[in-house]
Amino acid sequence: MTMPYYASAEQVMRDRSEYARKGISRGRSVAVLTYADGVLLIAENPSSTLHKLGEIYDKIGFAAVGRYSEFESLRVAGVRLADVRGYSYNRRDVTGRIVANAYAQTLGAIFTEQMKPYEVELCVAEVGETPERDQLYRLTFDGSVVDEPNFVVMGGQAEAVTGHLRENFHVGMGLADALKVGIDALSAVSPATAGTGQGGHTRLSAEQLEVAVLDRRRPKRAFRRVVGAALHTLLGDGQTAPEAPEAPTTAHTPSHPAPGTPAGLGDPAAPDTAGGTGGDYDTQHAEDGGEG
Amino acid sequence: MNESSAGRSGFPPAYLDRVGSSFTDFLGSTAPDLLPGRRPIPAVPMGDIAPHGTTIVAVTFEGGVLMGGDRRATMGNLISSRDIEKVYPADSYSVIGIAGAAGIAIEMVKLYQVELEHYEKIEGLTMSLDGKANRLAQMIRGNLGAAMQGLAVVPLFAGFDLDAAAGSAPGRIFSYDVTGGNYEERGYAAVGSGSLFAKNSLKKTWRSGLPADQATRTVVEALYDAADDDSATGGPDPVRRLYPIVYRVDAEGAVRLTDAEIAAVADTIVTERADADRRTMDREA
Repeated sequence: MTMPYYASAEQVMRDRSEYARKGISRGRSVAVLTYADGVLLIAENPSSTLHKLGEIYDKIGFAAVGRYSEFESLRVAGVRLADVRGYSYNRRDVTGRIVANAYAQTLGAIFTEQMKPYEVELCVAEVGETPERDQLYRLTFDGSVVDEPNFVVMGGQAEAVTGHLRENFHVGMGLADALKVGIDALSAVSPATAGTGQGGHTRLSAEQLEVAVLDRRRPKRAFRRVVGAALHTLLGDGQTAPEAPEAPTTAHTPSHPAPGTPAGLGDPAAPDTAGGTGGDYDTQHAEDGGEG
Repeated sequence: MNESSAGRSGFPPAYLDRVGSSFTDFLGSTAPDLLPGRRPIPAVPMGDIAPHGTTIVAVTFEGGVLMGGDRRATMGNLISSRDIEKVYPADSYSVIGIAGAAGIAIEMVKLYQVELEHYEKIEGLTMSLDGKANRLAQMIRGNLGAAMQGLAVVPLFAGFDLDAAAGSAPGRIFSYDVTGGNYEERGYAAVGSGSLFAKNSLKKTWRSGLPADQATRTVVEALYDAADDDSATGGPDPVRRLYPIVYRVDAEGAVRLTDAEIAAVADTIVTERADADRRTMDREA
């Protein structure tokens, strides 16, 4: 007689949670902060084509950590939901809450019904007409949704980054200040900046960052990527940007990959791209393994 | 506030499954009833009971392209609207003007705007100008059945080509026919009932490489000439302060010229025409 295989529901859920948490904790961190004119999204992401930050709708942005293929399909689903709703109702009828609810229900269903949960953590950010109406929804792999004030941190060292932000974040900071606070918090825990010798951390450079804002002053589509010269200026690098500065309307500038790069693969040397044949975590497994 | 939800709702499978960056194709598989051209149309001619928009004009100038449209919509021999808008921005670097059945045309423009924005968000980059022109052709092709019932939609599409080779003109114009035929125009184009007169006017006034202000004048003048001879095209209306709508697309993007700007151009044209008439025609005798 063979014993029927049995695992308690509690055990199954615990195993799935642990599996998802492990996957997410390998990733680099993403911080989403409110500032005076909107919401600032910062990701540590050396790839310039495989984005962790994205636009969902006029006032709604998206940030994610975890497995790229999974959060990318969720991002696309969010864009579709928002566009279908905006088309069949009105643009004003698309809210962050609707998108966040759909994500929560989808993630919850996947977590309970499928063998493998999604290894992702999402933030849906909505910029309002006034700072009080800005919304940040944080969604975890099991479909929990939390409405967080001021800032959301996700990814590998989320706790440590949150700690840094608690000390340095102030409501109503300007863009440059908010960016500085956010980058300092990410840099302090990033293995990529671990100092050589003194044990200190250097600051993440523009090339290691993906930065975007939801700017409430922009007339229709609030989402804007901050790249190239604009990012260097904000960072106060002092270094003059390369001759060809990015066009001001980056949302409409085709982002051609560097010559010689296979389409869609980004920089093959950067481990954060999906070009590799190994696991498609958006992270550098080997290097991220050690605590920074 | 913390809630956990694990329902059956959330995204329907099609939202997560299908790979594709076209909003129209996505609607076609998930909500086909939202698409124009997928609905049954009664098999009777409907041309006279649906409002129709009329003349649209587009010209290139040295830095891009201009598109203008009059403000009239007609229903048979009635004027159904004096202030309809028939030129719209399609995205940041292109504009679309529509002639034909106004209801279907405006729905099509709305869908087209979402189509371009959807692609941009999903792909992370802007569709090429030729790609945009081609997407519009496919949309017109889907409307052929309605066109045969008298609900034809004929757009004019123009944009600033961000990928234009150095030295070539960045402003480009595309015209269409009811079957979805897509033709790139050289220099200028017009569609709608007054297009014959508008094109004749442009033939005399337009030259390649005009500066923006002179090209704007050719657009307004062409619409004036169309309104002069075509009953379905409205002229400038100083009584209600209604003037043609004109968009300019250049390296800075698409902007709508202000009413004051167009009013000044239209007033100049009207004054000049009146002076010429007084000089050359002896009407009092």
